[in-house]
Amino acid sequence: MTETQQPRAPDGTGPVAIGTPLPRIDAFAKVTGTARYAAEHSGTGLLYGVVVNTPVARGRIAAIDASAALALDGVADVLTHLHRPRMRSLDLFYKDMTAPAGSPFKPLHDDEIHYSGQPVALVVATSLELARHAAMLVRVEVDTAAHETHLLDNRSRARTPSRLKAGFSPPPKPRGDAEAAWRGSPVSIDAEYYAGVEHHNPMEMHATTVLYGPDGHLTIHDKTQGSQNSRWVVSRAFGLPARKVTVKNAFVGGAFGSGLRPQYNLLLATMAALQLKQSVRVVLTRQQMFTFGHRPETWQRVRLGADATGRLTAVMHEAVAETSRREDYVEVVVNWSGQLYACDNVALDYRLVELDQYSPIDMRAPGAAHGVHALEVAMDELAHAAGIDPLELRLRNYTDHDAAKDLPYSTKALRQCYEQAARRFGWESRPPAPRSMREGHEFVGWGMATGIWDAMQMFARARATLDEDGRLVVESAATDIGTGTYTAMSQIAAAELGLPLEHVTFRLGDSTLPVAPIEGGSSHVATVGSAVQGVCEKLRKVLWKRAKQRAPGFEGARFDDLEFRGGQVLRRGTEAAVPLTQLLREEAGGPLEEKYLLMPNLLKQKKYIRAVHSAVFVEVRVDEALGTVRVTRVVSAVAAGRIVNPVTARSQVIGGVVWGIGQAMHEETLTDHALGRFMNHNLGEYHVACNADVPDIDVLFVEEDDRVVSRMGAKGVGEIGIVGVAAAISNAIFHATGKRLRSTPMTPDKVMAR
Amino acid sequence: MNRFDYVRAGSPEEAVRHLGASGMPDLEAHAPRFLAGGTNLVDLMKEGVMAPVRLVDIGRIPLTEIRETGNGGVHLGAMATNADTAWHPLVGERLPLLRSAILAGASPQIRNRATNGGNLLQRTRCLYFYDAGVPCNKRVPGSGCPAASGLARQHAILGASPHCVATHPSDMCVALAALDAEVHVTGPGGDRVIAFADFHRLPGDRPDLDTTLAPGELITHLVLPPNGLQRHSCYLKLRERASFAFALVSVAAGLELEDDGRIIDARVALGGVAHKPWRVRDAERLLVGGVPSPELFRACAAALLKDAVPTGGPALPESLPGNAFKIPLAERAIVRALELALAGIPTNTGEDAFRAIGAKAQRAPTAEFP
Amino acid sequence: MSLTATSTAPAGTSPAVASATPPAVSSPAPMGALHVRLTINQREHEIAVEPWTTLLDLLREQLDLTGTKKGCDHGQCGACTVLLDGARVNSCLLLAVSLDGCDITTVEGLPALAARAAPGDAASGKHGNHGNRGDNIDGAGLAARDAALSDGLPLHPLQQSFIDCDALQCGYCTPGQLCSAAGLMNEPRPVNRHELRERLSGNLCRCGAYPQIVDAVSRIVLRPDSAMPAVCAASAAMVASPADTGEVRE
Repeated sequence: MTETQQPRAPDGTGPVAIGTPLPRIDAFAKVTGTARYAAEHSGTGLLYGVVVNTPVARGRIAAIDASAALALDGVADVLTHLHRPRMRSLDLFYKDMTAPAGSPFKPLHDDEIHYSGQPVALVVATSLELARHAAMLVRVEVDTAAHETHLLDNRSRARTPSRLKAGFSPPPKPRGDAEAAWRGSPVSIDAEYYAGVEHHNPMEMHATTVLYGPDGHLTIHDKTQGSQNSRWVVSRAFGLPARKVTVKNAFVGGAFGSGLRPQYNLLLATMAALQLKQSVRVVLTRQQMFTFGHRPETWQRVRLGADATGRLTAVMHEAVAETSRREDYVEVVVNWSGQLYACDNVALDYRLVELDQYSPIDMRAPGAAHGVHALEVAMDELAHAAGIDPLELRLRNYTDHDAAKDLPYSTKALRQCYEQAARRFGWESRPPAPRSMREGHEFVGWGMATGIWDAMQMFARARATLDEDGRLVVESAATDIGTGTYTAMSQIAAAELGLPLEHVTFRLGDSTLPVAPIEGGSSHVATVGSAVQGVCEKLRKVLWKRAKQRAPGFEGARFDDLEFRGGQVLRRGTEAAVPLTQLLREEAGGPLEEKYLLMPNLLKQKKYIRAVHSAVFVEVRVDEALGTVRVTRVVSAVAAGRIVNPVTARSQVIGGVVWGIGQAMHEETLTDHALGRFMNHNLGEYHVACNADVPDIDVLFVEEDDRVVSRMGAKGVGEIGIVGVAAAISNAIFHATGKRLRSTPMTPDKVMAR
Repeated sequence: MNRFDYVRAGSPEEAVRHLGASGMPDLEAHAPRFLAGGTNLVDLMKEGVMAPVRLVDIGRIPLTEIRETGNGGVHLGAMATNADTAWHPLVGERLPLLRSAILAGASPQIRNRATNGGNLLQRTRCLYFYDAGVPCNKRVPGSGCPAASGLARQHAILGASPHCVATHPSDMCVALAALDAEVHVTGPGGDRVIAFADFHRLPGDRPDLDTTLAPGELITHLVLPPNGLQRHSCYLKLRERASFAFALVSVAAGLELEDDGRIIDARVALGGVAHKPWRVRDAERLLVGGVPSPELFRACAAALLKDAVPTGGPALPESLPGNAFKIPLAERAIVRALELALAGIPTNTGEDAFRAIGAKAQRAPTAEFP
Repeated sequence: MSLTATSTAPAGTSPAVASATPPAVSSPAPMGALHVRLTINQREHEIAVEPWTTLLDLLREQLDLTGTKKGCDHGQCGACTVLLDGARVNSCLLLAVSLDGCDITTVEGLPALAARAAPGDAASGKHGNHGNRGDNIDGAGLAARDAALSDGLPLHPLQQSFIDCDALQCGYCTPGQLCSAAGLMNEPRPVNRHELRERLSGNLCRCGAYPQIVDAVSRIVLRPDSAMPAVCAASAAMVASPADTGEVRE
């Protein structure tokens, strides 16, 4: 990346600490338009690839006639399953680091059609317009077969899924006797919930630019959440050693899970580059963004039983979700219901139905977005049935202990979340009965919900180089999808060594850098941040030794006696101080370099449950004659450990809340089941929230410091923001109108009074 | 997108001549087209739904005038942008219903480029029409209409045929219909005037034909006759998100009242429910001479929706089958629009409505934000 | 109790594809390139362009002005917003050949636009933020950065405001948001935040930075008589918690 694009803090920023609110350091590159995303890197003789997709849901390709396309001057080639470079065919080589059990989709592998929208050809030409035009001339004949895309009609086929997916835990075994307890409960509810398919729709469309080097080295700019994950799959699928492939993802235009696995544009672009020995770029259209992974359609049933005081006596939660025919995509939907509240009788179940769809993929708070939604609406239903305030019901069932695993929480400041958010919202003046508040044509309703998500840590390595001028470069193959990784990592490093922030450069987004996992699961700060802090600590140790040896006043100093502040090294309790640069220059041998591998402390971590929590309170105004809903106030209090940068963390939570509004009110990918095809495959008809839908959002961070999750005490805030929001909105609509909705999105046709 | 000839025209006559010169290809989809703002045409060409062999660029033709006509009406040039039209003082003063309707549609960027003529000619946003991979009688006559038994949220409850259940997506056109606009065109056969009610067609057995324009005709301007609806008109738009979305149902309502409160003129046109804006004169006549009341407004709504028939496939969870929800929604929307018109509230959406909500919120600090 | 039962959709064979698609016209003859004169970011260009090339693709592919983004290519997201003769429009729906003689501003040209609008008014943000990129050009990296961009001009006030208010996350919608807000400054001015939200609704942001975008734009664009805070939440936090002295916490 050029000097202009490498994010760095502006001169004059000065020293920082963990917790200093800072503007993100990549903002300059982004507001000036100098940040380059995957489709914006070029090379000599770059060719453009446009994908041809079949609308047919199931069948076999009988024939592909690309002659009209190939006849055009400037069309370099048309790749198909019959005409492409040799690739390995074993499934094993296509499995990436987050792949679920089963057989990954292999583009252009053979003549079989698995789903509507499947790529069947790649047209490569000298200009984008020519490739796009030529793509329309490719004739694909398909022998169609029967397809099945309807989840609810096929629930009887539901089966227990394979558990083989990184980070997946199947529902824990039942405890107590939930069925009997539920039957005997004085207060109980039994309800079904439903959510349709949703698509990530990041603003940047998936794209890959493969730059073919003179020696055949492939430098690949890919839109991915993990440069090393993409590199790994390319190497294995094409039989290319690691030294021949570099993947870069310096700037990623949002991903939300869609970049956790390599998408077909990566493999197709690489195929074309190898076939033609030229640089090739493939950019998916927005329509094609609906032709790979998505949040799965999910049906749920929740039964809750309570005694007269609202203490839960039984929790039963079952879910059935869709997956493809080839892979068991799993996510944690129901486990939260056995974890979040105290209850001795819990039965959970999670099963999958195979449909003729592309495999679903993680999408912001996968599993919890649906599972906690159903639980939190059910809790609201229970509260209403029991005549108890919804917040009070949560408090009566609060637990500091996870009964499923019989472990305590490492930290759980959820009580403070409830308290602070409720106070800020003004919850205590809520009239309990629905339809109590009205202004003009609108009923006003207040609803709340609990949010929970994992606080994970993975392993990563960081490398740090400190030069004689006190300029620090820290590197890891991490990613910034808009989360603020550049800023947080630079900030952690600068704080650790007492350097002005502008003297720190954090490099990421390159598969040749030290190992880092995919950015996902809200784990990057805990993972890469810990590695960064660890490697900087190693540098401090080296500098400590030098200070002890030759800096006046530092003889016999212990490591913990030293403070690194303002570019100096100081000895606590004394006047001794030495500039960092002096320690660096005195010794010959050039810059200091250290590496550090962060491995999670599994021995310590397995003694606890690690989670982030939130409490979200929402006000809606509903015009029930017309079915319109306005979300007018949101307060979200989050307990996510130590907050590295309050500015970027707040933005993450706000982003999650906006997603929650979309999940609740707008988003659904609609299937025509006769065709077996998603039909609203564009941003005009798939509604993500627009600016006018979103009120000001109040975010509170509750104080928490968790050294079990990470050495800095930080957790992650990428996903907690969305969890529970849709439930709070649904509950608020109930409070406003007395109408209970159990499906999302809650569009006017559902909300309007009958 | 297909390859095409591109030619610029400096005058309406030149434009018409250039369009005719390329001959008539076999398929309607390949017919040469005028390029004005391009906000719909370029979109459709990229989807492969339309593939004109020639584009005649009329972007520089001086048809942008917005001015008074001799008898107190308003002349709107076909090439004036939607934004310029909505913000023009004449329109704000004489045709507030039109201002509200235009500002309810699309986005600021699209309104800055889309032209008045183009707005009339925009095509349905039916999901099946827009998807070249599936059947559609409008796009490929005879291939079928999957919307009728499939996803029909956008689709018609009035005036549909077994061949097509598409709706016209324009907001501006709903107001133009209510305001009795005249469409002035020129073409190979000379100049003529088309009453707005006759401009858009119902699908019938020719769903591929959206309008009654003859081949080669160019819209030059619209004329809006004078009216007395300024103090009591309302454009009400109901949609699935607060902005930048097409209508589920919309209503352009206008009333002119005598001093004693009687209605002397009433206009009610519906959008999002048919292949063209939907007006029923008998429904309006029910209002004339009467005193506004909820019962009267409901009677008008019933008359407007007399022939309403739902279409589409099975219900989504917690909804009604197909687009059946549109019938009660339209009924309530009509009544609400008339109530708002009576109260002098010009719209429920767009910048004017948001500004008003914001002003109200500032006066009452404990209130919220939309 | 629960959801409405849904009826079975027939799982029959899919319709044959061929009849649904009108046969595309194989090009009768290659489209010749036409010459257009465009002023882009105050620089004149004479460009040979094929009629089917949109302004967006011209900017990104031929002129390497990749600041303007493609988010949907169909006018449905606003990421491609540029100023055309001062009006904000979606560049993905403009055919470049139809723009002969037009004046175009992209995100790369916003600093120059600000400088032209208020020469000597040093249109850079002085809103209480950390370090102003326009001032204090010392440090090789910074100089190189500014020099590569708009001849060392300060950022447009909107750009600085976006930085100060954290009005971006992934940054992909940002150029479009900025150009949209810049275009809004040439339109009747919004009166309050509510109106501003609606007037910016042609720019989708999937990261959900809308409240911060409204903060950032309102500081620059709202009429002075609308009683809006001068400081947005993000920059208020930064002002209230000045950079730590660097005390190392564990």
